Amino acid sequence: MLDNTPKKDLNYVGKDVERIDVVEKLTGQALYTADLEFAGMLHGKVLRSPHAKARIKKIDVSKAKKLVGVHAVLTGNDLDYRVGLYLVDKYILARDTIRHFGEAVAAVAAETPAIAQQALDLIEIEYEVMTPFLDPKQVFDKKAPLVHPDLGSYSYVEAVFTPVPGTNIANHTKLRKGNVEKGFKEADYVIEREYTNPNVQHVPMETHIAVGKWDTGDRITIHTSAQSPFTVRNLFALSFKIPHCNIRVITPYLGGGFGGKAGIHLEPLCCCLSKLSGGRPVRIQATREEEFSLLPCRSGLTYNIKTGVNKNGKIVAQKMTMYWDAGAYADYAVNVTRASGFSASGPYEIENAWVDAYTVYTNKPFGTAYRGFGHVEFSWGMERHMNHVADTLGIDPLEFRKINALKPGSKTMTGEEVVKNTGSVTKCMEAVAKSINYGKLTAAELAREKKTGMKIGKSVVALQKAPAMPPFTGTVMILKLNEDGSVTGSHSLTDYGMGTYTSLAQMIADVLRWPIERIRLPIENDTDRDPYDWQTVASKGLLLSGNAAILAAKDLLDKCYDVAAQALRAQKCDLDHDAEKVFVRHHPKSHVTYKQMAVGYAYPNGNAICGPIIGVGRYIAQGLTNLDKETGQGNPALDWTFGAHGLIVEVCEKTGAFNIIKVASAYDIGQVINEGSVRGQAIGGMIQGLGTAMCEGYIYNDKGQLLNPSFTDNKIPTSLDIPEEIDCIAIETPQIDGPFGARGVGEHSMIAVCGALGNAIEKATGAVLTHMPIRQENVWKALQNRSGKKATAKAAKPAKAVKAEKPAKAVKAEKPAKVVKPAGRAKK
Amino acid sequence: MKITLTVNGKKYQRDASETKNLLHFLREDLGLTGTKEGCGAGECGACTVIMNGKTVNSCLILAVEANGADIMTIEGEAKNGKLSKLQVAFKKNHAVQCGFCTPGMIMSTRALLENNPKPTVEQIKQAIEGNFCRCTGYQQIIEAVQDASGQLKKKEGLKRA
Repeated sequence: MLDNTPKKDLNYVGKDVERIDVVEKLTGQALYTADLEFAGMLHGKVLRSPHAKARIKKIDVSKAKKLVGVHAVLTGNDLDYRVGLYLVDKYILARDTIRHFGEAVAAVAAETPAIAQQALDLIEIEYEVMTPFLDPKQVFDKKAPLVHPDLGSYSYVEAVFTPVPGTNIANHTKLRKGNVEKGFKEADYVIEREYTNPNVQHVPMETHIAVGKWDTGDRITIHTSAQSPFTVRNLFALSFKIPHCNIRVITPYLGGGFGGKAGIHLEPLCCCLSKLSGGRPVRIQATREEEFSLLPCRSGLTYNIKTGVNKNGKIVAQKMTMYWDAGAYADYAVNVTRASGFSASGPYEIENAWVDAYTVYTNKPFGTAYRGFGHVEFSWGMERHMNHVADTLGIDPLEFRKINALKPGSKTMTGEEVVKNTGSVTKCMEAVAKSINYGKLTAAELAREKKTGMKIGKSVVALQKAPAMPPFTGTVMILKLNEDGSVTGSHSLTDYGMGTYTSLAQMIADVLRWPIERIRLPIENDTDRDPYDWQTVASKGLLLSGNAAILAAKDLLDKCYDVAAQALRAQKCDLDHDAEKVFVRHHPKSHVTYKQMAVGYAYPNGNAICGPIIGVGRYIAQGLTNLDKETGQGNPALDWTFGAHGLIVEVCEKTGAFNIIKVASAYDIGQVINEGSVRGQAIGGMIQGLGTAMCEGYIYNDKGQLLNPSFTDNKIPTSLDIPEEIDCIAIETPQIDGPFGARGVGEHSMIAVCGALGNAIEKATGAVLTHMPIRQENVWKALQNRSGKKATAKAAKPAKAVKAEKPAKAVKAEKPAKVVKPAGRAKK
Repeated sequence: MKITLTVNGKKYQRDASETKNLLHFLREDLGLTGTKEGCGAGECGACTVIMNGKTVNSCLILAVEANGADIMTIEGEAKNGKLSKLQVAFKKNHAVQCGFCTPGMIMSTRALLENNPKPTVEQIKQAIEGNFCRCTGYQQIIEAVQDASGQLKKKEGLKRA
């Protein structure tokens, strides 16, 4: 886009511009959903299941209903509505069957939160506790209890997903590229290992909250902390069979989301309570504890990778099997499975690839979108595996990555050709390697080792991600010219912290050649006021909304030129514009100001023309396709953003304690729009990734009950946990269809950090880790399991290649997997 | 119980329920919604206010305990429609993303700077350890506090290869 705009003319794009929403956030004046008051508002509360799987034998709400101050009590028996994003499988309140710990069983609305709580305590329930299905790897066990016996009757998006009725498979994504069996036969080595991740909580600082009002005549108003107001409206309309135009969804300021607020959650329940209360607004604000199990988390993943590789380091075949622990409902997990399935190799070219990715229903809190959309989880396995294979071959892991990296001419797993403008993962790796002095310890680092007695290790990992979205994902930007020659924008991308609105304002300002202060993009969104946007997820906002913003600004100018041409009796081709006016290029004094034409241009005698001016820009992803369901081949990627992390860690070999000394991150983002925002996304996501790597994760007992739903027992990183040094680098290979050449980077910083930590710890000490998170005790245990000599994988001396004949010498995994197998065919 | 307290220099007198915490009192009874609730258990720091010169988690203080206290909330940081030096530093250094932790973060760093005008990086980290931020990764907040205390030599930036 805008190839004809010389970069030297840009006042805002590529610069460090302060956020447009920062003053209200700094003063406490920004209004989030919890800050809103509504006349007659009631407070809703939810009764949650203490069991992972149970049958509701009896539920008695009569005492709760009688309590003074209670306006509505609901159970599953009252609500015969299912909701679901891609697979419609969830009742608003559990009916008969409980499918996970923390599931909503009943709800009340009362005049105060205290009365609502009292009413919940008066509800009597008898459960028949049943054996839960908890291990997704048992999915092929025919005796496994079914989480959804009625799976075959659910509606779903048939073009994209493949549920398997009669099993716990909510979706099976397949990818078949080349001939994987032939590849394994030709490989010098075949190396296989398995990697696991637990459920993880997003932890937005603002918990989920919604206020719903269901008026007589089925007119619905919802204020909610949702990331995607149009998704809430659409799913609500489909579930309740109410016209879209009757439903108004408003999103005030949002206190973080990270994917956890992408779908529809508390909104239907608030509205049903409101309807029963005669249309009084009902608010439900999730407690922090509820955030962990009533609301969704990130799916767990067990990832098995089998790699066929040649002695020279070229991967020739790879078989990847993913068991996604989706929990009780499919929500986004089926699409996480799809998106991670087609991307499962990481940023490497695999000539012969085979992926089976299963979304497995279990009796656990359900998984949803989370920053990275599956890539954080599989990259943990893939980046650990890349080091494992490289160490086995005796090739430096960075060198091994470079040999296999996607580059111009490579084909991705779905068969899409990489070109120069796709971006360069190799440049990212080289930049971070340089930043951390990869491959050696500096004099200062050697001195530090001596002083502390700890061992220092370094690693470089690589990453990639494309937006996971339907091929027809579109958006609109409307710019309304105000009386004073400023503009107010209207669109429905939300900004829950990323700073995208500021980037959009920068682009608009540069196209219009106006000061950014004259561009207003209100942070609140309203489906009655603002035009459609699919969702705010997937790192697609900057590219799609950026292009729409540029087109809207151009359209606005075009309309202004129309008016000026008429008013000045000039041809449009002779006109030009600056910050204040449109003028005739060869007679600059002949001009019309934006103020003069904002609401319709008036001649001196009072005659008027044209009316108020608005600019509209519509943009939709171009040339994307659904993937073939059997082979996974097609074109799913709007753009690929590549990146790399370099990490330095020091580890105490006695205790397993470790400190992260430095993380350097580089991303090929096409074009920097806002330096401060890019750095903010880079650091924020990286630290969130370290949270996943170091400490976060759900812990269940054998009954499927969650044991750590709080910040006391599920720690997230604090200021004391960040690396001593952080380096952020932008590589700028322009995206041809990106706004000013830019592509998204919202999620990428979180991807692959975990693998970087695991690899650096192994480099430092030889401790082999295959499960996340890496808590101190996990490192200690892995240190105890070190095979043979200490620190076999020390930086300077990579482990010797394990010959096909002697598999025993391979570095052992925690659970000795089929680590190295002789190739199928004896090498001559 | 009838309580009297000073918030941001203004005196208030209210009937306060014995079971209401200071956070909800500020938000619901005084309409000061700048102070946020992130966990209600004293773990996340979003509700941090300054009470008699010290930072507290207002979710862990009962409103009646604040009887006679002098309290500062985020609404008291900007004066006469102008951002404070600390707020300006947050603004300049991209120390704000979603903004939900920001009021508590400003309160903690305000209290730090009052007691220690030139804190080290380690002291800044200590001061905000009880304030969770899920968006920024803390680094730009630390730089903002260094900037506000005149210690940021050059603005940290993105490297462009």
